[in-house]
Amino acid sequence: MTVPKNNHKFETRTIHAGAAPDPTTGARNTPIYQTTAYTFDSTEHAASLFNLQNFGFIYSRLGNPTVSVLEERMANLENGRAAVACSTGHSAQLLALHPLMEPGDRIIASQNLYGGSITQFSHAFKKFGWHVDFVDATNVKNISKIINPKHKCIFVESLSNPTGIILDIEKISLIANKAKIPLIVDNTMASPYLFKPFDWGADIITHSLTKFVGGHGNSMGGIVIESGMFDWFQSNKYPSMTMPTESYHGLIFAETFGDFGYSMKIRADSLRDLGSTLSPTNAFYFINGLETLHLRMERHCINALKISKFLEKNKKVSWVSYAGLENNKYNKLAKKLMNKGVGPVFTFGLKDGYEAGKKLISKVKIFSHVANVGDTRSLILHPASTTHNQLSDTQKIKAGAGPDVIRVSIGLEHYQDLIQDLKNALSDV
Amino acid sequence: MLKKEYLLSLKIEIPYGLINKVLKMKNKLTCNYEDQYIRNILDKTKNIAMIGLSSSWQRPSYFVAKYLLDRGYKVFPVNPKEAGKKILNQKVYSSILEINEKIDMVDIFRKSSDIDILTNDILKIKPSTIWLQIGVINCKIDTLAKKNKINVVMDRCPKIEYSRLSGELGWAGINSGTFYNKRRIIRSIMK
Repeated sequence: MTVPKNNHKFETRTIHAGAAPDPTTGARNTPIYQTTAYTFDSTEHAASLFNLQNFGFIYSRLGNPTVSVLEERMANLENGRAAVACSTGHSAQLLALHPLMEPGDRIIASQNLYGGSITQFSHAFKKFGWHVDFVDATNVKNISKIINPKHKCIFVESLSNPTGIILDIEKISLIANKAKIPLIVDNTMASPYLFKPFDWGADIITHSLTKFVGGHGNSMGGIVIESGMFDWFQSNKYPSMTMPTESYHGLIFAETFGDFGYSMKIRADSLRDLGSTLSPTNAFYFINGLETLHLRMERHCINALKISKFLEKNKKVSWVSYAGLENNKYNKLAKKLMNKGVGPVFTFGLKDGYEAGKKLISKVKIFSHVANVGDTRSLILHPASTTHNQLSDTQKIKAGAGPDVIRVSIGLEHYQDLIQDLKNALSDV
Repeated sequence: MLKKEYLLSLKIEIPYGLINKVLKMKNKLTCNYEDQYIRNILDKTKNIAMIGLSSSWQRPSYFVAKYLLDRGYKVFPVNPKEAGKKILNQKVYSSILEINEKIDMVDIFRKSSDIDILTNDILKIKPSTIWLQIGVINCKIDTLAKKNKINVVMDRCPKIEYSRLSGELGWAGINSGTFYNKRRIIRSIMK
């Protein structure tokens, strides 16, 4: 069995995948099922739901009809097999790792992860006995050099935040394959419109739905998606998948549920016990957001290219790091992996450094100073003092968030207004 | 079937994207079925003989049998080790030849290599459909069945196909690959 073929184009799937008119009322848009529990037809029916023998809803911590539309749609858009949504992108990372890791196990992660992820990996996960080896994954040899049997997965971002570094997922997936461990890709910054990690060999995808999937800066959410292609039985590294699960009377998830066993394990075990469920109302916003994902991403990329070109020529700007620019060192890889564009988040530096950057942020009139990306609104931020604040100075530089770095997330306003806004503010710097 | 592991074991640097494309093409050739074909089979089938049905409730075959019974199908367990006993309240047969009722579908929970031994008996009872579970592919039975005008489905699960086409599969966040613009009525026969 393989992932069902997608007969329709991406744009059609963003609107239709996973959804259907409500069976009772015929409501065409997906309703918000604001309910905590679901009736059982009989004690027998209840028992088969609890034993996972039947598909159906029990309690919204484990699944909800609005949330499941979002899950199926995201699985479909990523060319994946199944998905589990949760309350935040951070939670998605915890859920993705939970079935894979045991105390004492190690992860290989890109050193260019989003600052919040680096903190989560190196502090919160350490308390579970999960250890992380951060590497410069732009040279894949750095991964092969340190990989050992204690490593249970490789975790990278397809397009890194805020540096805009693009990693060669295809080459990294070959290393993961040889080591018989899954490659997990955080695809938040690219979104499935710009890049599909499964088509290049990744095994698991995580997203912060809060960014481009929602797209309007109104809801928090995360999701884990599995490709259905990873063979859990090729090693004895993943007892949670291949050994009997005590809390389900000895059920073996990878055997009983096959190519969606990992998602079932996350839902029935990790989400059940860790409890970071997505609210149906937020799921509704994400479903609506997805319906314009293709239109928004296209315009985000057009605007970002115009603005990066403007900044490149401005005398007060010392450098612009945007893979969409021809002279950027990731431009070649961008053309191979993300030929529709590289998103609207990039960084630049001012000749007069930190102080000039602070001034620019205070002078802009359209760009908002917030700690977010992927909004319809254009956003501007100084990562070193905000999103990457918890990192040490060396970590900051490693993560591309040094003191002179300004990060922007270009929105969907008219690019001429955005350029004018930056031009005015820069003239005061 | 061409396995990803085999391609990787060749130790030549094949781009993963290409591996996936090759696998997809290969699967398309062997086990590609139109939704309508599967829908017709599930719609016309009433009696299902399940070869290799386990009596232990954690086993995948037990999950499938329970689901199909709930959906109104009649299930005839075939398992020599459990013959004479009951699984899910259904009498267990040691061979499909012992079943007196007309069998519409034979659903097989056995390894691909075990299928050859079963083929003669299966063809004798002339079912409308021979169904091999996920991961089970046997080209010989595929060819023989087609010669005898018997439908064949390989590398699929009737529970997953039923729930996929009825819309239930998506309830667990699983990609069904199907779209609907009309209200779906889910057939459910719960006692």
